[in-house]
Amino acid sequence: MVRVKLPTILRKHTGGEPAVDAEGATLRELLENLEARYPGLTKNVLANDGGLHRFVNVYVNDEDVRYLGSLETAMREGDVVSILPAVAGG
Amino acid sequence: MTGHGFTEDQVQRYARHIILPNIGGAGQRMLIDSSVLVIGAGGLGSPVAMYLAAAGIGKIGIVDFDKVDLTNLQRQIIYGTSDVGRAKVKSAVERLRDINPTIEVVPHQTILTSDNAFEILGRYDVIVDGTDNFPVRYLVNDATQMLGKPLVYGSIYQFEGQATVFLPGQESPCYRCLFPQPPPPGTVPSCAEGGVFGVLPGVVGSIQATEAIKLITGEGAPLVGRLLIFDALMMDFTSVKVRWDADCPVCGKEPTVTELIDYDAFCGVPHADPTP
Repeated sequence: MVRVKLPTILRKHTGGEPAVDAEGATLRELLENLEARYPGLTKNVLANDGGLHRFVNVYVNDEDVRYLGSLETAMREGDVVSILPAVAGG
Repeated sequence: MTGHGFTEDQVQRYARHIILPNIGGAGQRMLIDSSVLVIGAGGLGSPVAMYLAAAGIGKIGIVDFDKVDLTNLQRQIIYGTSDVGRAKVKSAVERLRDINPTIEVVPHQTILTSDNAFEILGRYDVIVDGTDNFPVRYLVNDATQMLGKPLVYGSIYQFEGQATVFLPGQESPCYRCLFPQPPPPGTVPSCAEGGVFGVLPGVVGSIQATEAIKLITGEGAPLVGRLLIFDALMMDFTSVKVRWDADCPVCGKEPTVTELIDYDAFCGVPHADPTP
């Protein structure tokens, strides 16, 4: 089981929940698991070509998955995944 | 106490800094001899500029083209109701001079562009980014990297804030290492469309002011290589690693962006109309 922390902008998909649990051996499977339960959520993370957007970062614990295995990053019990969109407000 | 060339006013004004370990007279002298540019006089720029003025930063520049609007007052605490309709930089400068008449405050009533960014940023030691749009954020990042200036980054949206420090130089990350591309136009609502929790920029801006002061005095561990993420609703502070990207177009091993770009075209987001 992995805890997934969501930014406010994505909480509309989870009924306002700021974090949800998900399953998957890799980040790709985890996102598929999330999409099955919260349709529309992962289109904010994945580009049309199936890869990760360059303006939304995904962290496993405190590490950017771009420096791990991207979508093939292995998930371990107790990991915390954070989804972080670029924001520009000031 | 009266070393470091302080006036009587300064000895009194900065007494709580001067007696403070890690600041002291030497640290206060560094603050007085320093200059900081605050880009954007909005939610973030308000606390940043006010705290930096109070701290005695010798020269503070403020960049903003806009006028004070009634909808700003819910979070932009540098302004009062009597400022509505006035140029932001004019009102901000007056407020800062009232907080601390011993410092120099420089208004830059303009939109930052590739034409003026080097000239304006080049006059200051530390740059603080409190703007409200992606084109200027990428422009400021690129300009600070090319000029070799430290950049204190902060941004907010609804209930969440982000802050970090980008230092120029080898193998230190920049904003493009963190977010290589801006979102496509129209996918991210602005504060005007999405709303913003009024206290949020107070928290994030105070963190930016803290980091600017630490950079100048050289004390403590700067927020470099880490992105602080604040969730006001959950009252959660988390930090994640920000890694240098060897393939970064600006600060990577083989930079492909070597001059300032027309970011309106790059982001597809037009600047707000400068003549309201």
